[in-house]
Amino acid sequence: MGIRERLSGNEAAATAMKQINPDVVAAFPITPSTEIPQYFSTFVDNGQVDTEFVAVESEHSAMSACIGAEAAGARAMTATSANGLSLMWEMIYIASSLRLPIVMSLVNRAVSGPLNIHNDHSDAMGVRDSGWIQIFSETNQEAYDNLIMAHRIAENKDVLLPLMVCQDGFITSHSIENIELLEDEKVKEFVGEYHPAHYLLNKKEPIAVGPMDLQAYLFEHKYQQAEAMRNAKKVILEVAKDFEKMTGRKYGLFEEYRLDDAEIAIVCMNSTAGTTKEVVDSLREKGIKAGLLKIRVYRPFPEEEVAKVLSHLKAVAVLDKAESLNGAGGALFTDVTSAMQVNGINVPTCGYVYGIGGRDTTTKEIESVFNDLVEDSKKDRIENPYRYLGLRKE
Amino acid sequence: MAYNMKEIVAEKPSRFTSGHRMCAGCGAPPVARMILRALKPEDHAVIANATGCMEVSSFIYPYTAWTDSYIHTAFECAGATLSGVEAAYKAMKRQGKLPEDEHTKFIAFGGDGGTYDIGLQSLSGAMERRHDLTYVCYDNGAYMNTGIQRSSATPKFADTTTSPAGSVIPGKMQPRKDLTEIMEAHHLPYVAQTIAYMNFKDLYEKAEKAIYTEGPTFLNVLSPCPRGWGYPTDDLMTINKLAVETCYWPLYEIEDGKYKITYKPAKKLPVEEFLKPQKRFRHMFKPGNEWMIEEFQKEVDRRWEDLLKLEEMSNKE
Repeated sequence: MGIRERLSGNEAAATAMKQINPDVVAAFPITPSTEIPQYFSTFVDNGQVDTEFVAVESEHSAMSACIGAEAAGARAMTATSANGLSLMWEMIYIASSLRLPIVMSLVNRAVSGPLNIHNDHSDAMGVRDSGWIQIFSETNQEAYDNLIMAHRIAENKDVLLPLMVCQDGFITSHSIENIELLEDEKVKEFVGEYHPAHYLLNKKEPIAVGPMDLQAYLFEHKYQQAEAMRNAKKVILEVAKDFEKMTGRKYGLFEEYRLDDAEIAIVCMNSTAGTTKEVVDSLREKGIKAGLLKIRVYRPFPEEEVAKVLSHLKAVAVLDKAESLNGAGGALFTDVTSAMQVNGINVPTCGYVYGIGGRDTTTKEIESVFNDLVEDSKKDRIENPYRYLGLRKE
Repeated sequence: MAYNMKEIVAEKPSRFTSGHRMCAGCGAPPVARMILRALKPEDHAVIANATGCMEVSSFIYPYTAWTDSYIHTAFECAGATLSGVEAAYKAMKRQGKLPEDEHTKFIAFGGDGGTYDIGLQSLSGAMERRHDLTYVCYDNGAYMNTGIQRSSATPKFADTTTSPAGSVIPGKMQPRKDLTEIMEAHHLPYVAQTIAYMNFKDLYEKAEKAIYTEGPTFLNVLSPCPRGWGYPTDDLMTINKLAVETCYWPLYEIEDGKYKITYKPAKKLPVEEFLKPQKRFRHMFKPGNEWMIEEFQKEVDRRWEDLLKLEEMSNKE
């Protein structure tokens, strides 16, 4: 039986990090993830962890130091948001190409500009193809659970990729919710010790990391990264199974909420899924067969599985909390529709960009999406697939 | 024990091997080799390298010239990368995850681009955080890896591909940044400026001090570039000598704030002698441009006088 607590999303993430007890944490404050390194440095200064905390002078250095530490043979973690992740961008790619299983807590916030400190997913979307595993969390509990599972996934020898656990800035990071924590010992046992095969600090086997990698090899090395990303899907499910045995909490690549017998459904990520569940329940009472597909694992993208669970629907709306500025749809919309096309599924699907810069998304608005889908499902073909939710028109 | 180059070379095999692809006449490889020789043979080292000539020509997959552990990540973050490695060492050592009787030293190499310019923030952060590491700048006075573009280490009037000696603007018009002094402003336990000269004695002794002084230490090593400076490849050591004998590149060290000039030329040569053999200063010798040499000399004199004063002042009781 776990420990019942009430924690904010940031406290939940910091608590998970404390229990994981990594060797190195290198982080730089940025709203709304600042509290994570704050809480964590308290753990360090009170002797509650064995970690070396590196109070770097920028996020670029945070990721550089994490890379150095992980390559040295340590477990390294960090936390950031928005522009912090943008500044890390160069090192994000380097971390994954060096196959270093660094774990990051990403508290999603709108990337500048103009400057905004509130939640959307533009930060995570900016690195969606960088070779990091991306796991999204609806609640504080999920942010905590996903972090506890993170190292087992990232460090698996068939994976060896960095991993970020995302949660919504302020909406979950600063909201206090009930949470069930695991005992320290259980986490320690579950996460296990880190024994990398090769590391800089091994005097017996010096290694060189980060070469000039030219035409003769880079292609194959990129293929290996892609393979690792494909392998991650299976490992994520295996780790989730073990986690379920310990906690009773079940996790998959995504969560299907009243989707089995649904006729129309919303696909979304993070906290909006909570709002959507509420709306699904109320619509069901009115006899409308609404459902939800909440993507948990965004990278690797479970394209086959997503296409399959959506195949029986009459209409689907994909909600993107990031504007892709590409003249077509949002990133999740493109991924979902591409998955359906490739798997021979033809369900009328539209995309909504919503919640940009922390614009509140209400149950009423989610309900309006389902109302649109009721109308869409009567037609053969979706008109106007690129839509907005909550955008002022005047 | 008195410095004996023959003994050191005989007793300490090179930890930076031949087969790397740096240019003939480049000042950097002998510097790297000699600095690594300052390591105790029983000590392990982790080398971090900023992107630059040294990196792209010493570790081309699947070959490496480094016999110690080595990490390269990007251009501007050798300081931060090595911070992470050193932090990992501390944490793992504390938890008994590494053998107690083994010692690892941490050395970063960066060119002036990766150190004076794009990597300055990362270096400053690493130094301020007091990581136990030695950062070595091999300063060749321009971005040589991308084809001789000016840096903040480029001396005034030098002809580079982004400060060409044109008919209106005669080369780089700004004086060189003094990085050694910026590092001293971090109040480090050991900062030194050196060069490969006089059987590498100055370089070796300063490297040994830097590596084995606890805390963050910094070495600024002038490392000529035959392509960027325009001298025949076999003249490397002559150029080094002239840089020192003209006081263009003074050799000194600062231990806990105390300055010591480690070599004072008996007769300071006119800076012309350093400038003349280098094609990057060729335009300064055209009739009508005498003012440039005069101004250059004045700047060298001023900096040398300042240094003499700093030495005197910092050693006063």
